[in-house]
Amino acid sequence: MITLQDYLVLGAILFCVGVAGIFLNRKNVIVLLMSIELMLLAANMNFVAFSYFLGNAAGQVFVFFILTVAAAESAIGLAILVVLFRNRRSINVEDIDTLKG
Amino acid sequence: MTFEMPDFWLALPEMFVLGMACFILVLDLFLPEERRGISYFLAQITVIGAFVSSLWVAPAGVQTTFDGMFVSDPLGTFLKLAIYVLTAGVFLYSRGYLRDRALYKGEYYVLGLFGMLGMMVIVSASSLLTIYLGLELFSLSLYAMVAFDRDSLRASEAAMKYFVLSALASGTLLYGLSLLYGLTGSLEMSQVAQFAGGHAGEHYAFVFALAFVLVGVAFKFGASPFHMWIPDVYHGAPTSVTLYLGAAPKVAAFAMAMRLLVDTLGPLQASWGPMLVVLAVLSLAVGNVVAIAQTNIKRMLAYSTISHMGFLLLGLLAGTRTGYSAALFYAVVYALMSLAAFGVVILLSRAGFEAERLGDFKGLNERSPWFAFMMLVAMFSMAGVPPTAGFYAKLAVLAAVIDVHQTWLAVVAVFFSLIGAFYYLRVVKLMYFDAPADPEPLTARLDLRVALSANGLLLLGLGIYPGLLMGWCLAALH
Repeated sequence: MITLQDYLVLGAILFCVGVAGIFLNRKNVIVLLMSIELMLLAANMNFVAFSYFLGNAAGQVFVFFILTVAAAESAIGLAILVVLFRNRRSINVEDIDTLKG
Repeated sequence: MTFEMPDFWLALPEMFVLGMACFILVLDLFLPEERRGISYFLAQITVIGAFVSSLWVAPAGVQTTFDGMFVSDPLGTFLKLAIYVLTAGVFLYSRGYLRDRALYKGEYYVLGLFGMLGMMVIVSASSLLTIYLGLELFSLSLYAMVAFDRDSLRASEAAMKYFVLSALASGTLLYGLSLLYGLTGSLEMSQVAQFAGGHAGEHYAFVFALAFVLVGVAFKFGASPFHMWIPDVYHGAPTSVTLYLGAAPKVAAFAMAMRLLVDTLGPLQASWGPMLVVLAVLSLAVGNVVAIAQTNIKRMLAYSTISHMGFLLLGLLAGTRTGYSAALFYAVVYALMSLAAFGVVILLSRAGFEAERLGDFKGLNERSPWFAFMMLVAMFSMAGVPPTAGFYAKLAVLAAVIDVHQTWLAVVAVFFSLIGAFYYLRVVKLMYFDAPADPEPLTARLDLRVALSANGLLLLGLGIYPGLLMGWCLAALH
């Protein structure tokens, strides 16, 4: 029997992998987009698990919204990536250094 | 289970803005280049229509609809009205700027309206789902707006950084929301609040979820240590977009904090208060100290935003009604100051020239004494010099902090705003005591001049008679 705890641990691991991916990645902007996606999936995992174990459908409805928003977000992210590539001819994270924050 | 027809009436402003934004999006496709003004006028009409309809449908008390997902209350109405005024101002200021740079496209207004719609949804959210959707609608529009000048390397870089960091913050917020849902079994803010107040046994789990939610909120404010995006995005984005970012989103961030921290996690005030203290002190320190080293006015104003958000958080962390109303007052006044300061930056820019360096402000008094005075008012207001609105905003926040016996915080805030006064006064010195480096006369259009003058005088007027706006802020939080 898979318990709620197992799902939550999986969600936490996915979330940490996503965050680590954003901070450790120095090579490719596309990996950043994938890491962001992973974080959203971690939240989805939590919502679905809670929804199932609480017997409450609201969480699953939320997941549908998150999936839709995530798709829109990737679309915008990729569009910005294309614009950036046209201007810079590179999608290496280390090359994005014109502005020093 | 019965299906109850929701009360669509309360959401009339949102539906109107959505309909008009879609209409402008389609209409703009068929407009020839020289008739682009129609999109602009329709966008302004949309904002005015939303203003009128918000006033019209505003209920006397608190009413919810859509099965408890949408709330209409005095606070929401007041925040929305502020957002409309600021957005209309942004559209007006940026018109000439966009036209001079081949950026005069309908998409700017459509995205601006969708961003405004997202802010309206945040303001009216009474469910975790609604606030997330509003936040995403608003953020997605802003990502596209920052990358609007698509041939600019700086803008596309800024957009990429903004996108990645903002998505990180949204993901963190979402994770926190999922935990709140798991703890309480409900997405409704009032029920989450009820549960959080009644179950002291799960206190640590709630604080854990709260930490994630707080990161999301702090990011939207741009409070340190989640401020990294602010300088780059303010600097890289076209000034018309920076103007948009600096104005209404601050009011929306306040709304988000009110909805998530006060309405949802109000019972945990003892936990989030100290967290906000850390954010506020760091923001005040980082914002004011780093701004001194900037030579680019947009970057300087970006760091000044960070420090102002520190002040705003001071009002929130007091956790009292006077504190919230002081923070609300601060948010509105700050947005107006930011509008005025970036408005002058736009005023000084012209086709092929961006007045971005501090040096571009040299001798503004000789070129145009009136607008040098307007910039002086904006800078004095940001520094908190009486009799400007910024002074009263700072005073109200400090009074709220002292009321809850956190006097040391007030001392820290005053200390850092003294440091901050240096870089605001430096701009004033450049304008009044240096010889002009750029003898070109100002070429701005009449509407920008009139609006900017009104904006500056409003800052002065609100400083002399702050009671009116403060009264509205207090009434909104009743």
